Formats: sequence, structure tokens, C-alpha cells
Amino acid sequence: MTGPASTGPASTGPASTGPASTGAPRTGPRGRPRVFIVDDHGLFRAGVRSELGDRVEVIGEADDVEPAIAAISSCLPDVVLLDVHMPGGGGQAVVAAVKPVHPQVRFLALSASDAPEDVIAVVRAGARGYVTKTISGTDLVDAVHRVAAGDAVFSPRLAGFVLDAFAAQPAADAGRVSFDPELDQLTNREREVLRLIARGYTYKEIARELYISVKTVETHVSSVLRKLQLSTRHQLTRWAAERRLT
Amino acid sequence: MAWPGCGRDDGYVDEHTGPARERQAAPRDQPPWPPGGWHGGWHGQPSFRRHLSQRWGHGPLRRATGGRLAGGIAAAISERTGFDVTLVRIGLVVAALLSSGIALAAYVVAWLVVPAAGEETGIISRALTDRRGIGLAAGLASVLAMVLLIASVFGVGWFGSLAWPLVISVAGLVLIWRNATGDELAYLRTTAGTMIGEAEAGGWYRIMWRAIIAIALLGGGMAALLTGHRSSALLRPLGGEALVIAAFVVAFGPWWLHIARDLVVERQARARAEERADMASRVHDSVLQTLALIQRRADDPQRVVQLARAQERELRAWLFDGQAPGSLDEPGVTLAAGVRLIQQEVEAQHGTAVEAVTVGDCGLDDDLGALLAAAREATVNAAKWSGAPSVSLFAEVEPGEVSIFVRDRGQGFDPAAVPADRKGVAESIKARMARRGGSATVRSAPGEGTEVTLKMPRPPAARS
Repeated sequence: MTGPASTGPASTGPASTGPASTGAPRTGPRGRPRVFIVDDHGLFRAGVRSELGDRVEVIGEADDVEPAIAAISSCLPDVVLLDVHMPGGGGQAVVAAVKPVHPQVRFLALSASDAPEDVIAVVRAGARGYVTKTISGTDLVDAVHRVAAGDAVFSPRLAGFVLDAFAAQPAADAGRVSFDPELDQLTNREREVLRLIARGYTYKEIARELYISVKTVETHVSSVLRKLQLSTRHQLTRWAAERRLT
Repeated sequence: MAWPGCGRDDGYVDEHTGPARERQAAPRDQPPWPPGGWHGGWHGQPSFRRHLSQRWGHGPLRRATGGRLAGGIAAAISERTGFDVTLVRIGLVVAALLSSGIALAAYVVAWLVVPAAGEETGIISRALTDRRGIGLAAGLASVLAMVLLIASVFGVGWFGSLAWPLVISVAGLVLIWRNATGDELAYLRTTAGTMIGEAEAGGWYRIMWRAIIAIALLGGGMAALLTGHRSSALLRPLGGEALVIAAFVVAFGPWWLHIARDLVVERQARARAEERADMASRVHDSVLQTLALIQRRADDPQRVVQLARAQERELRAWLFDGQAPGSLDEPGVTLAAGVRLIQQEVEAQHGTAVEAVTVGDCGLDDDLGALLAAAREATVNAAKWSGAPSVSLFAEVEPGEVSIFVRDRGQGFDPAAVPADRKGVAESIKARMARRGGSATVRSAPGEGTEVTLKMPRPPAARS
């Protein structure tokens, strides 16, 4: 399966659990998440639009960093589908500009390239997940719903990146005073979940495999995302730097 | 996925309780303590203590496979005790001279009994089942014993004292020669080859040297015999002795030759069988797969031509250039690159998307090459038979092992319902993994897709 680990529409449900900080309705009519697409290729935007169909409400699109920041800030979508690679700073710049001002806007990174350091950078900037552009329409819709609901979306590839980045012995960072095992290490269970995602399992299948609930799987994945975003492990930056070199 | 070409397999494997769980407990999770390490000193020289404990090592003694002259005993002793290997060798030679050969016999026995590094059992375990070798050793020992007996009858004391250690050594060496395996055998061949002058590259002066040594030995021996007994009458028993030896040679010679010839034939047969198995799985991987594909695409002439041409190219490359299909044999390919290669190949040939994810990376050896070949086969199977639009391929390199998971969400099959005589998984994947010490499990059920789990342990040397 190409797409993100997802449990299908039945278990995802309409996105209605977002923090109600703005007072404005978080979702469009019939519980459809409001989606904004940022990509510098018009053809790709059109493709995504048609693939998403009417299960989400596409409220706008942009082809560059500056217009995207302005448009997102004014229309405040639930989910921004964000191309990682764009001229003018890429998706990372959009997340960095919007996130502090409008924390309720969620980002889902989309990328055709597999450069791990860019993907990790966007996720660390605040995106709730990452899927490849080869994802199928249904999977993409599921991923959007999941992100709108405040969960994280890990594609097999992102799971692989994270496993790789956290794989090295923490001893390499042992000299640092600020090493925080809560934040700088994955638990065994989280690793198990990531491995299964990398092997192509959906959340539902992972839950069955590990005898836990789908909700628990989601909790593990969200916790991994949190670690990925907040950890200051040297390992992470060094790992990304090494990947850039090779 | 349904694999019509699948053979027997183990059916459901509960990975939840399987090795996957053990891997979770890998030492990655160790806390980073203590921050400064403990090199700081503690009675001055903790590293020396550790050095000692490493030097006196744990586990049983193993013969060294590198840096050896004969059996690798001296190298092993040197490694264990820390003395210089040359010193150990000199010590052994002195011991052999002082103990009138008993140390030599002890060395040969140790060679037989102590397993080589990386092996569990010594040569002796194979030698015990080698009836012909035992017969040969016994025959040779009996000849030698006879000669020594005759010599001692005539009171050649210095010769007689060497007798029994020599008999044991010769018998032991025969068993070693016949039952050594792999690298050790190759090493013995080359060493013995140069010593006997089997390699003709040395030219005439090597033959001359041998002649000179033989004449010198003969002269010395004759002189010793003649001076030991100042009576020309002894020449007659000596002649008798020579006759007895000649008789033994005539009697046992053909038998020895026969044994040697059998040995060669046996080894050739074994090599041929292995070659055949290898060839069968290669042909299955490439030619049979393509033929199956062509049958499925029979309505698309252009695609059929394209497939046939690609297969022809691959087959030619393999038959005439010795380049194996899949080209995973190229030097410098790492595991991650190999996985990418599989992804590209399957996507190009079968039009099925392959979601490849690798965690960690390492260079390829023969074992990991086999692992990749098995993974390729499993991926191709999934692309061909499962009906799923995409296949997940996940490879993870860990210090102790490398695992690859191939999963599809296709139609699946009932592993119990596959006829036992079908090729496919049975031979190509499982046997290939088993031959290299790895494992393969297939988990599938109708409608639930299929997952193939491949695991290959890594040798301690390759761990980083």
C-alpha cells in the first residue's frame, strides 16, 4: 500500500475533534475538512483536487511561498497540503510563518522526492505528517481526515526515516547535559509500531497485530511525532546532515 | 496473494511472539550513562584489567584461520595468551625435539580435535564417519609401524624412539587431509602443492633441489645404518626391509589410488549438485518468471516482444558474460541500493508500485546477496500474483541480523492448500535462505494478502 497508514473512513470519522480555539466552525458542511493546496505545479494541484473529490472541501490553492502564507492566514483552512520542495524556502517556510500565528491550521507534507532531510525538516517545523505523491486518492482523503482530527500521518517512508534517525545508540549523545530520554529516545512499543507502518500495515492492522486499540496506535504515532519535533538530539541533525552529503 | 507457483510453507507464524519481539530489546535503549565513561581510572589501569580479561578470553579454544602455517594451533595459542606467534612456534618445535616427537603427535591431535574459528565441531567429528579415511590412516600407520618395528629390531635406537608419535601424526594428518573443509582444504592444497612440487611452475631447479634433498637423506640414512652396525652382513636385512616396504606399496598402492580417485569423484558430484540447484533457482527467477508473464500478457504483442527481448538480453549476459541476472553482483552495491534495484526492476517489469523503505545500510556479502535474491523473488511473486496495486518492501539492518519484509494487500492464499511439489517459495526462497543460514516465513490467508519475512544473521565480524 502506497499511502499513509490509515484505518479507512469508518474509523477516522469526520473531522470534528479539533481544538475549538477559534470559535469558527472547524469543518465545512457535512463534516468535510477544508483543504488548501500549496504546490508550484499547476498540473499537480489539479490532479490532487480531482483525486480528493467531494469528500473534502478544497477552499484554495497557491503556487508559491508568499501567496500561500497570505492566503492561508486569511482563509484559515483545516488542513494545508504542502509540497516540500518549492522555490522560495519550500514548505518549511510556509509552516514556519503560519504555525506560530495560527496553531489550529494543520499541515500535511506531500513530496515527490525522497530526500529525507527535507521531509524531516518540514515535519520538525510542524507538519503533522508526510505522504508521498504516489499516494492513491482514497488514501490521501483518509490522511487529510486524520490530520484534520489532530492525529499524525506516517507513511511507511517517514516511519523508515524516523527509525533510521533514532536508531543510533543514544550513547553518541551521552556527553550532552540536556539529554532527555523521554524526548530523545523511542520506546520499544513506538519502534514496533513504526516498523509495522514501514512494513505497510494500516493502523487497524497494527492494532490487531499488537493486541492494542487503534486509539493506542494513534497515541504512539502522535508521541513519535512529538519526539521528532521536539527532540534536540544531536543524532537527528547529524543524521540529516549525513543524508544530505551522500 | 495467491501464488500458483508456491510450495509448502509454514502457514501462519505468530510474529508477535516471534523473534521480532526479541529484537525490540536490542541494546539501543540503554541509558547513556555514565556521561564521562569510566576510562577515568580506577586503580590506575582499568583498561589493562579489561585487556587481560579479553586476552584470556571466554569460550572454548578455536584454531586460527588466518596467519597460520599448519593447523593454526600456534596462532590460536598466541592469540589466547598474548605471546608472539613466532615465539610460540619456536616453543612448539623445541618441545617436539625434546619430547622426541610426542609434542608433534599432540599438535596433530589438537588439529583434529579443536574446531576451527567460526565452527562448532572439529575435524574429528567428520573423520569418525569417514570409514575410508580411517582405513587409509590405519593402513598407512600399519606400514609405518612395520617399518619402525623392523628398524628397532636392528637396534636403530634414535629411529625407534620417534616411532609411535610418528605413527599417530601420520594417521592424524591423513584424516585431516581427507576431512578438512572449505578454506582449510584449499589452504592445505596450496601448501602441500608447493612442498611436493606439484605446481610445475617452479621448473627444473625445483626438481633438482628435491633430488638433492632425497639423495642427502638417503645418504644420511645409509650412513647412520652402516655406522650403527659395523658389519656388512647387515646390508642383507636392509635389503629385506626394502623388499617388505616394496611389498606393502605393491599391496596397498592400488587401494590408495582407488580411494584418492573416489574422493575426487565424490567432491565433483557434490559440486555439480550444488551448481544444479543454483542454476535451477536462477532459471526460475528469470526465465520461468518471464514466460509466465508473457502468457499473462499474450494479448499485448508489443509488451510480449519487449519482455522476450529483455529476457534474451539477461540470459545472454548470464550464459556468455557470466553476469548473474538481477545484477546484484556488481561490486560496491550496498543493501539499500540492492533494495532500490529490486524496486526499480519490479516497477519496470510488472507495473506494480513498490514502496521500498530501508533502515540502516551495510555492504553486501554472499549471505546478504542471497537475502536480496530471495527478497527480489518474493517481490516479483507479489507483483505477479497478488493482484494488489502496490507491494511494501521493508529492509532493516541491525547489528545482529538483516531482515526484509515483503507485504502485499492482495488476494492471499491458503498455505496449506498449495501442492507440496511446486517450486517457487519452496525452493527459490526458503532453500536459498536455509542454505545460507537464514530463515523465511510466509504468512498468508485468502483475502488477507501475504507477508514474507526474511531474516539473515550477520557474522560478528561484519557488525559495526
